[in-house]
Amino acid sequence: MLKTIIIRVALGILTLWAVSILIFAATEILPGDVASAVLGQGATPETLAVFRHELGLDRPAYVRYLEWFFNALHGDLGIAMTNKRVIIEVIAPRLANTLFLAGYAALIAVPTSVVLGIVAAINEGKFIDRFVNIVSLMTISVPEFFIAYVLILFLAVQYEVFPSLSTVFPDMDLSEKIYVTALPAFTLTMLVMAHMLRMTRTSVLSIMSQPYIEMAFLKGLTRSQVIIRHALPNAAAPIISVIALNLAYLIVGVVVIEVVFVYPGVGQFMVDGVAKRDLPVVQACGLIFAGAFVGLNTLADVLAIMVNPRLRHPR
Amino acid sequence: MKIFGYKPPATAWVGLAIIAGFILIALFADVIAPYSESESVGQTWDDPSWSFLLGTDNIGRDLLSRLIYGARMTIGVAFVTTILSFLIGTIAGFLAAVGGTVIDQILSRIVDVMLSIPLLIFALIILSVFGSSIFTLVMTLAILDSTRVFRLARAVATNLVVMEYVEAARLRGEGLWWIMRREVLPNALPPMISEFGLRFCFNFLFVASLSFLGLGIQPPYADWGGMVRDNGKAISFGIPAPLWPALAIATMTVGVNLVVDWILSINSRPSGASAEM
Repeated sequence: MLKTIIIRVALGILTLWAVSILIFAATEILPGDVASAVLGQGATPETLAVFRHELGLDRPAYVRYLEWFFNALHGDLGIAMTNKRVIIEVIAPRLANTLFLAGYAALIAVPTSVVLGIVAAINEGKFIDRFVNIVSLMTISVPEFFIAYVLILFLAVQYEVFPSLSTVFPDMDLSEKIYVTALPAFTLTMLVMAHMLRMTRTSVLSIMSQPYIEMAFLKGLTRSQVIIRHALPNAAAPIISVIALNLAYLIVGVVVIEVVFVYPGVGQFMVDGVAKRDLPVVQACGLIFAGAFVGLNTLADVLAIMVNPRLRHPR
Repeated sequence: MKIFGYKPPATAWVGLAIIAGFILIALFADVIAPYSESESVGQTWDDPSWSFLLGTDNIGRDLLSRLIYGARMTIGVAFVTTILSFLIGTIAGFLAAVGGTVIDQILSRIVDVMLSIPLLIFALIILSVFGSSIFTLVMTLAILDSTRVFRLARAVATNLVVMEYVEAARLRGEGLWWIMRREVLPNALPPMISEFGLRFCFNFLFVASLSFLGLGIQPPYADWGGMVRDNGKAISFGIPAPLWPALAIATMTVGVNLVVDWILSINSRPSGASAEM
């Protein structure tokens, strides 16, 4: 088991390294364009050359990659091209904000969707099951900003329960922060809940056809007892990996939601960076998002190995 | 009424009606729209009236006309992207399955790395380099999305290349391209068609999200995601202007999903015989 996990983690690190090369390569396809994009149309070839030298763009790509990569390992993400600020100082508080929002949404979404999924499985085919199914199908097919604007229209404008803009300051109390970020957190929750809920329901129901479940029914247990005592422990592995995968999805969903609610997180920073074509900022944000994504995916696999007895021994 | 010999259930009819409606609106936008796409005809966020059925937008353009022209842009871009993505993904996927271990390993590892970066983040990185014209937008999304198509095409084709008829074709001395086109493609078609619907939905939402972020389809073209962005501030005055384009996006996605559900249910029928679809 330990060996399998170590191999999986090593693979995750290898992936992360490959991803860093890909991000760097993708942004370096047109190196000249950056200098001319920042300086504008009127730049003479001489000023362009000086600016490129200043940014280090005149050195070979692999040297710049190695330098960027090892600096990133030390936590130095470079300097923003447009306003010359040190990226790590700008990004650190924003990353804390993004993680706060994602964690907030996960804390609501994970327990609710697992419980609702189990309830739907217990009442399979009944009204509550169908209702939960239809609502979750609807939230899957609508764009995230639709949910966000509907929530704003009803909860912030018509009934002024929550603020429509989530402005947070570093010295805000936790309770105030929770109140201000309620709407983005609810939107994110609705986005990721549907998948988790449906997966929980499906994995519990797929185990219901096993012989040992029939045995439990024959012993005279009720349907809810059978599900909670016999089906759920065996359905845990797929449920846990779906949760981890959806948390990875949460990290991406955060980008659009942050823009809707003008929330000062990494996602908004990245979108600004893309609009200004500030490559170091985009690279840094991309690395952070991809790192979180790869990390959570690896975690999903490791947890699945640990929970599932059949995967504990390497074949 | 039957389509391709199958009788669609009521839900599929609703889906087909929605899709057909939007396609007609997109095709005949010039005829239907009361005003032009980019002309300011009223004040900022006028209330709905007989001259402006849904009101006006942030710079006084007729919201209904923008919605009608937006159908053309948003659906068109997503559709072209999906077709391109299927061309690239299917050819690469079949090649990986038919062409032997070396090609398969190279393509699969590249796709693995690409899949480990979230699609939105990857798209943002590439758009920051190339800027977003419609051409770069379509190409970027098509290449990124083709990695998902590749996975399915390869999986389906791997099961097909071990069949006797493929073996027979190889022994006859047919080339790779011939085998991919004449033996693998027809048999891989049923699962690929429902996947096409799902990928379209995904690309459609994706284009809308990027435009919403201001990084997709650029003004003066009307598109639904961009309209939500332009009119976002109206919501804090209680004006539902951004909800109309968002609702149009949601309706289209639900419509396609309903049809995909129906096609999936045909494919999963035990009697099969759906290869001609």
